[in-house]
Amino acid sequence: MTATEAAAIGLTHAGSEDTGLGNRGPQSKSIVVPYGFWLFVLSDIVLFSALFATYAALSHATDGGPTSKQLFDRNLVAVETMALLLSSFVCGLAIIAAKRRNMLWTQAWLFVTGLLGLVFLAIELSEFAHMISIGAGPQRSAFLSSFFTLVGCHGAHVTAGLLWIGTMMAQIWAKGFDRAHVIRRLLCLSIFWHALDIIWVAIFTIVYLIGTLP
Amino acid sequence: MTEDESELMNVAPGEPHDSLMSETLSYVVGLGFALILTGVSFWVASTSALWGPGVAVGLVVLAIAQMGVHLVFFLHITSGPDNTNNVLALAFGVLIVFLVMIGTIWIMAHMNYNMGPSPEMMNLQMQR
Repeated sequence: MTATEAAAIGLTHAGSEDTGLGNRGPQSKSIVVPYGFWLFVLSDIVLFSALFATYAALSHATDGGPTSKQLFDRNLVAVETMALLLSSFVCGLAIIAAKRRNMLWTQAWLFVTGLLGLVFLAIELSEFAHMISIGAGPQRSAFLSSFFTLVGCHGAHVTAGLLWIGTMMAQIWAKGFDRAHVIRRLLCLSIFWHALDIIWVAIFTIVYLIGTLP
Repeated sequence: MTEDESELMNVAPGEPHDSLMSETLSYVVGLGFALILTGVSFWVASTSALWGPGVAVGLVVLAIAQMGVHLVFFLHITSGPDNTNNVLALAFGVLIVFLVMIGTIWIMAHMNYNMGPSPEMMNLQMQR
């Protein structure tokens, strides 16, 4: 089949205006790449939904061990929530600076983003260490297994995000803002980081607040 | 603005903004809403002024509202033409999340009810 025949029967709309769809070609990479990454993030959220469902089903299966009311400290969770929320906000500021090719502010905001993420992670790890030290480790009961799986999976994502932030700071420092693919990576990082904050909203509500209701 | 810059600005998920101020303002407004919703969540969970059994539902509603704020102001999910695919993917993701979570909670609650030991099972001496 020749190209002209294909065009005539509508298999391609290259150069034709009567497809009813307008004269559109493939979208630019700056649209397609974040879209693909958005699909990955959504599938990650679906993975978390399975962990949330597991936690919801097992949250009362304490096997005579410590319950959520005895274990969780709301003040600590409030600090964690603040750190992650501000981190997400500052990440947005870093993207704004990067779009304007301002090296100093991009690096500074990315550094603050990572620092706040590190604060969050440190509090979470100290909470885990405390729980394990008082005998409330993941092997104690089904409730604690599902708790450590859910919150630990989020913590692992934050750890990966921190490594990614460091990598992007180094790449932007070394390569500047002239390469479009580096900027696209930075955008994907911001999508990832904002999504982690969305998942944390669900965690602090379902696990920590509803779990410690009187 | 050069061609390259407009390419950089034209991102999805994201809305093209022209000025530094309006773009920053969008994040500040989002942060404000998120802070208010978080604060209300923690207040609702610790106050005794509200009807107890309704608190958990209220917390879930507040959490969903905050997720919406994050999606709009931080992830820039909009109704713009560049965003149609992102919105459709999000809608599908939300559908799957609700199916998994509500389905699991619903089914497991019934399993707990139906599969619990019956009085005959408890009396093991009657079994042969």
